[in-house]
Amino acid sequence: MAGYLLRRIFQAFLTLIGVSLITFLILFMLPADPARQVAGRTASAEQVEQVRHQLGLDLPLWQQYGRYLGKLTTGDLGRSYVQRSQVSDLVTSRLPATLWLMATAILFELLIGLTIGAVAAFKRNSLLDQSIMIGAFVFVSAPQFLLGYTLLYVFAVWLGWFPIGGYGSLSQVVLPALTLGLLGGGWYARMMRSSVIEVLRQDFVRTARAKGLSRLRVIFVHIVPNAILPIIAMVGIDIGIFMSGIVVVESVFGWPGIGQLTWQAIQQIDIPIIMGVTLVSACAIVLGNLLADLAAPLIDPRIRLK
Amino acid sequence: MILQKSGDILLDVRGLSVEFASPRGAVRVIDKLSFDLRAGETLCIAGESGSGKSVTALSLMGLLPKPGGRITEGSAHFLGRDLLTQGEREMSRLRGNEISMIFQEPMTSLNPVLRVGTQLTEGLVRHLGLSQSEARARALQALDAVRISEPQRRLTQYPHELSGGMRQRVMIAMAMAARPKILIADEPTTALDVTIQAQILELMATLQRETGTAIIMITHDMGVVAEIADRVVVMKKGEAVERGTTAEIFAHQHHPYTRALLAAVPTFSQGAAAPMAPDLTAAKPLIDVTDLTVRFDVKGGFLQRVQQRVHAVEKINFKVMPSETLALVGESGCGKSTTGRALMHLVPSVGEIRIEGEAALGQSWGRKSTAELKAIRRRVQMIFQDPLASLDPRMSVGDLVIEPLIIHNIGTPQQRREKAAELFRRVGLTPEQLSRFPHEFSGGQRQRICIARALALNPKVIVADECVSALDVSIQAQILALMQELQDELGLAYLFISHDMAVVERISHRVAVMSMGQIVETGPTRAVLGNPQHPYTQKLLAAVPIPDPARRHAEDWQRNRQRIEGEVPSPFQSVDFTPSYVTYRDLGGGHLVAA
Repeated sequence: MAGYLLRRIFQAFLTLIGVSLITFLILFMLPADPARQVAGRTASAEQVEQVRHQLGLDLPLWQQYGRYLGKLTTGDLGRSYVQRSQVSDLVTSRLPATLWLMATAILFELLIGLTIGAVAAFKRNSLLDQSIMIGAFVFVSAPQFLLGYTLLYVFAVWLGWFPIGGYGSLSQVVLPALTLGLLGGGWYARMMRSSVIEVLRQDFVRTARAKGLSRLRVIFVHIVPNAILPIIAMVGIDIGIFMSGIVVVESVFGWPGIGQLTWQAIQQIDIPIIMGVTLVSACAIVLGNLLADLAAPLIDPRIRLK
Repeated sequence: MILQKSGDILLDVRGLSVEFASPRGAVRVIDKLSFDLRAGETLCIAGESGSGKSVTALSLMGLLPKPGGRITEGSAHFLGRDLLTQGEREMSRLRGNEISMIFQEPMTSLNPVLRVGTQLTEGLVRHLGLSQSEARARALQALDAVRISEPQRRLTQYPHELSGGMRQRVMIAMAMAARPKILIADEPTTALDVTIQAQILELMATLQRETGTAIIMITHDMGVVAEIADRVVVMKKGEAVERGTTAEIFAHQHHPYTRALLAAVPTFSQGAAAPMAPDLTAAKPLIDVTDLTVRFDVKGGFLQRVQQRVHAVEKINFKVMPSETLALVGESGCGKSTTGRALMHLVPSVGEIRIEGEAALGQSWGRKSTAELKAIRRRVQMIFQDPLASLDPRMSVGDLVIEPLIIHNIGTPQQRREKAAELFRRVGLTPEQLSRFPHEFSGGQRQRICIARALALNPKVIVADECVSALDVSIQAQILALMQELQDELGLAYLFISHDMAVVERISHRVAVMSMGQIVETGPTRAVLGNPQHPYTQKLLAAVPIPDPARRHAEDWQRNRQRIEGEVPSPFQSVDFTPSYVTYRDLGGGHLVAA
């Protein structure tokens, strides 16, 4: 177990270096000049060059990357070009809001997805099943901002059940989390449906029924644990997709999290922030996958972590 | 509780008809089936695939697949109730309580994520209202009753930690724990090795004596019928064509189908019926294998280090002459299939394989070029157990038969088509069928197609890996006859891999018995099966069910004369394991036995 964790942490470390390198290269290939952006539109050519020198942007690329990595080992993510403060401070001040939104949204998507997916599987080929699957398809394909604004209009503006935006109270998290949850839920519903149908065909389900167990016991003790096994691994992978959704949803709902920070940084080509957020997201994805892999043997005794 | 005297009618099935929905409308799979089951007896429902015997069991249990299956008429009275009209709630109270069922596939019939203990107790808690600890005590008793080793430990284990035979014992314990009046067993030993089958059949007979539970045994194997049935119902295409006591049915059959069924059953006669072995010195051997060894590494851990090693085949030697069949027999994991694959170069091996005197194998797998492999496979071809799985469903059977010719770049398209037509006629199919697809054929026809494909390259050697095991006995007999014809005509050498002694006796000139990757006994079939010398061979032969109710093994087993015990040995070994090699004692006439 300890060996397994060490190996996974080593793998995660390599992944993060890879991520930082790729983001670094992509950002410097952009046809935009961060020095010009920082110096301002009215700055003279000399001023821009001076800013470029200050930020170290005139160094060769590999030196810039080396400096970046060097600082990284001390936990220094660099300084924001625009906001004049440490990226690590900016990220940590924004992180709780995003984690709060993420946790709620993941809860929503699993609750919605697994339930309706299982219901659709048990009632497969019925009208209910078909409606659920069409609904799931609509939510999966809907653009996030469209769904977000629709929910906002219906439940906040029109019905007035929830506040329009902001951060703090429990009621404020519902709409942004629901937006993310419905999108992910549609996806999980489709997976859960096929997973349950697969399990229903298994011999051990027939055995459970032949034992005369109650319907509920067959479903919750024999079918569901087996059906969610393949889905656990998906939750880990899903966190990556989730991060992209969060950028949009936080902007729509004015949620003061990492997504909003990223959104602003992208518009201002604030490279240190983009790099920092990407790295933090990569950490989250790696951690999510690790947690998913650690959770799998709790349910499936056949998996042993070596 | 109503007590039954032995002989009272316990279950009375009258005019049961079942239909299945299909794209072409409802298909009747059981047609007015009637039979009764008496307290304390074993009734066998025998029949070939598609006879509706499993559907009968599922109908009685209320477990027909929904939607799809539908009971259209009939009744099944049990304890004053009609099973066929009970609702799901009432049936779930009966299932696992008054009527239990065990299934064919012990490997998949237990829930992989629940402990054996949980799976044993949940039914008891529901049906008998026991507390967890009471149910656990009862489960332990049930495990004890099925003679499983270390029953206490089994309770906390998961199914994947148990062997197939142990899982089937757990299934039986589960079915018997609530002391049901009826146990329905659907092919409970078909997926098991023959020695394990013997143990399970004996166990069922013993449990029946102890508990008085009536058993409905569903089987295709007339050997199993003869072994344990009191009475028999023979089914064909959803109808009962014959019924009677086991002795009556085996002595004289009224219905021609029963007669044909019994005639097709290969009877095992201790080697007497085997073809004579050819003279080993008369000709050059087609296959000459020296010190063939196949090992697989099981990797794992931090740097994917080798953690265990499977010693699949260890330094085996054998020869096969033209027009000769050598059977490789043994239990699962003994290395017989791996030997066949090594001959085809489908697994890396060490040692020497000479085909027609030409060395086909140097020291390692990696050195073979594609051209060399092609040359080998032009001489050696293979047929497998499952003909449907070995035919690509998206290709017409004509394309499938022509494919080897295309791969080996033989002939023009016109010549290839002619060759395919000729092969089809040769294996008993018509050239008109060449444009059809595999799913349009029956199991036996598909195996004929596989044989035609194997023959396309005019090979000298055919490796037949359990090639008739999945077929009904009547079809089995036809395929074996075809194989013998082809051998006489083309001088083929067969390496016939099988677990079925009766089939082996019928087709093979010589036999090699494998255990733990080595040949423990070999020689002419008549000598080895007639006068087995190695204890493993003796155990294997003693376990073969004989389709003759007058010669039941169970009585031998009960008298402890030849008790069959133990698990199938595992070829997994630790990395530092060095195998000890057997040395042979020559009994004359080519009969060698490991000392």
